Amino acid sequence: MTLAIFFFYLLSAVLVASAMMVISSRNPVHSVLFLILAFVNAAGLFVLLGAEFLAMILIVVYVGAVAVLFLFVVMMLDVDFTELRQGILQYLPIGALIGLVLLVEILLVVGSWVVAPEVAALRTTPTPTLAIADNTAALGRILYTTYIYYFQAAGLVLLVAMVGAIVLTLRHKEGVKRQDVAAQIARDPATAIEVRKVPSRAGI
Amino acid sequence: MEIGLSHFLSVAAVLFTLGVFGIFLNRKNIIIILMSVELMLLAVNINFVAFSAFLGDLVGQVFALLVLTVAAAEAAIGLAILVTFFRNRGSIAVEDVSQMKG
Repeated sequence: MTLAIFFFYLLSAVLVASAMMVISSRNPVHSVLFLILAFVNAAGLFVLLGAEFLAMILIVVYVGAVAVLFLFVVMMLDVDFTELRQGILQYLPIGALIGLVLLVEILLVVGSWVVAPEVAALRTTPTPTLAIADNTAALGRILYTTYIYYFQAAGLVLLVAMVGAIVLTLRHKEGVKRQDVAAQIARDPATAIEVRKVPSRAGI
Repeated sequence: MEIGLSHFLSVAAVLFTLGVFGIFLNRKNIIIILMSVELMLLAVNINFVAFSAFLGDLVGQVFALLVLTVAAAEAAIGLAILVTFFRNRGSIAVEDVSQMKG
């Protein structure tokens, strides 16, 4: 059990420190890399909580896709980032004040909050013990049955996001020759070949 | 000493606050603002999973999965809008975005 305590504090400390570096780093590329570190540590926290499937999804989706997308965009855009950091000290006091107030409020709620005694009876799908099913199997069992409509809706959200991203960023350049498959297939000898009568020693 | 629910909630609270603070701190840089939003959504996910684990109800993890999906979609669309905006304006300063209206 002490090992779990040790890892909880280690992962949380690195998580909070890297989150701090994400928002305060001078170079946006460093910000993205610290974001990746934060996600990896959050995945470690999920493993501590027994949510292995979500931990692995977090690694695959965030570190593998979203963070790399951020990295692409940061490196692709030719932006002067030092100019964007001007006036940062102007907003530091008010931001720190609002952040502090928010943190104290949330911590007061977290500290003074207790679980209602009858909450165990209200569970809709109690987590099965490891002898019955591990986390991934248990999650799959309810995700594909009880929550199938939500699962489909999530797929729809991803489809809309994909179509939207393509529509927003795709552009056709002028003067680039493109293959028109339909025109190629519709070609027949009548349109492709012209028969000419060439007079002798005259040429065309 | 045992690691309880309130420990995880406190970590998530600190993470959420850092996300809000990041939006204030990097008011001009929209890429960092998007990353701060990702941090806030991660804090929400930690809350969901912590409640799910300590109350013994698996539905919290299903909802965390849906939050993860929406967060990924939001990042993709946001970055696509950012790239399009950069092509048109040549900058990503948040102040210039107000010129999109009308």
